[in-house]
Amino acid sequence: MSFATKSPWVIHYDASSCNGCDIEVLAALCPGFDLERFGIVNTGNPKHADIFLVTGSVNERNQHVVKQIYDQMVEPKVVVACGICACSGGIFHDCYNILGGVDKVIPVDVYVPGCAVRPEALIDGVVQALDILDQRAKALEAKRKGA
Amino acid sequence: MSLIQTLLGTVLFAVLAPVVGCLLAGADRIVSARMQGRVGPPLLQPYYDVRKLLGKEDVSVSGVDGLYMTCALVFTAFSGGFFFSGGNLLMSAFLITMAALFFIIAAYSSRSPFAEIGAGRESLQVMAYEPMVILMAVAFYLATGTFQVAGVFDLRHPIVCTTWLAFIGFLFILTIKLRKSPFDLSSSHHAHQELVKGVTTEMSGRTLAKVEVMHWCETVLFLGWTGMFFVWGGPATLIVGVVFALLAWFLEILIDNNFARVKWQAMLKSAWIVALVCGGVNIAVLMLL
Ligand code: SF4
Repeated sequence: MSFATKSPWVIHYDASSCNGCDIEVLAALCPGFDLERFGIVNTGNPKHADIFLVTGSVNERNQHVVKQIYDQMVEPKVVVACGICACSGGIFHDCYNILGGVDKVIPVDVYVPGCAVRPEALIDGVVQALDILDQRAKALEAKRKGA
Repeated sequence: MSLIQTLLGTVLFAVLAPVVGCLLAGADRIVSARMQGRVGPPLLQPYYDVRKLLGKEDVSVSGVDGLYMTCALVFTAFSGGFFFSGGNLLMSAFLITMAALFFIIAAYSSRSPFAEIGAGRESLQVMAYEPMVILMAVAFYLATGTFQVAGVFDLRHPIVCTTWLAFIGFLFILTIKLRKSPFDLSSSHHAHQELVKGVTTEMSGRTLAKVEVMHWCETVLFLGWTGMFFVWGGPATLIVGVVFALLAWFLEILIDNNFARVKWQAMLKSAWIVALVCGGVNIAVLMLL
């Protein structure tokens, strides 16, 4: 395991969520679940974050914001789509302004379903994301050594 | 104080302070978590954070912020070296301010509006605590008759007996110096504040790792300053200093967890009033004695 997996800092962005998933994301950081046990911190700054948690589907207006945040994050990074809206558009999928799931705009690594996403499911999703983060961190390390 | 001694102190500080500071930072996070009814991260979490940051891709907006942070680290090391080798207290205070200035310049160099607000607030913090730091050094001089920190070993009682008022003032600005709530204006450890990361907004990877290490060293140095008030007679009393420094550190965590961020006006006014009342009155009394 690389150090990347021991201190995953997250950034949370609400695309077009109904706020149900947002509340669950923050609940996962509260005393009941206490994600800080695994070194997870909610940074609120893309440049410091390793994991991008997106809730809600992407719409015409905020697709640029989602992309902007993703681009500002520093490698290695992973994206977790939280809730069914973020996975596929969910109940909003045929709204006039909705593009669909987050993967319409940026590459998504882990899809966590649920409406709203349960904190337990979210923790499982983040743990899976850590494996991917680990691989990317190792690949980056290898590239740096090769270069 | 010989040059060799200072250099040796600097090297020792540069090696040991990050270790002690890292453990303190880890313990800080655990104690904070317990105060909030959580379990908290492992003790070595700050070390994992920094190791992770070192492995991140190198992106820098200005290209020079990493260099500025290196300068800040070097000045912090020299400041600690001067203090812990028993050297000049004023020199130590000025060198650590130089480190803070390099930190501010590093933030300004990115030209990002968020980083600039953070840097502006960091400058305000320097303005807020600096008068009290100088007054503390003057009070130290009046109590011991020298600016040399090693002078405390020649005393018959700890300087806090005559400078307790200045010590209270120093405790007040310690919160600003350690960037704890309610004075964490320039950058916060927690998201969901009005300005989240402030000064460090544009810093990432290695540069951010340097910021973390600098904070560890600063914590050790400032707790050293706190402990200095309680040391007298011989080196055996150092243990008393350490105990009181740890008590002050615990008090800071308690304050951090119980107060919301204040506006900069409140910080500047309260810090200057405290400096004037605590520092000023204490010095006036010491001069009359
Ligand atoms: S998945 Fe359900 S709870 Fe989550 S944002 Fe969509 S509608 Fe709201």
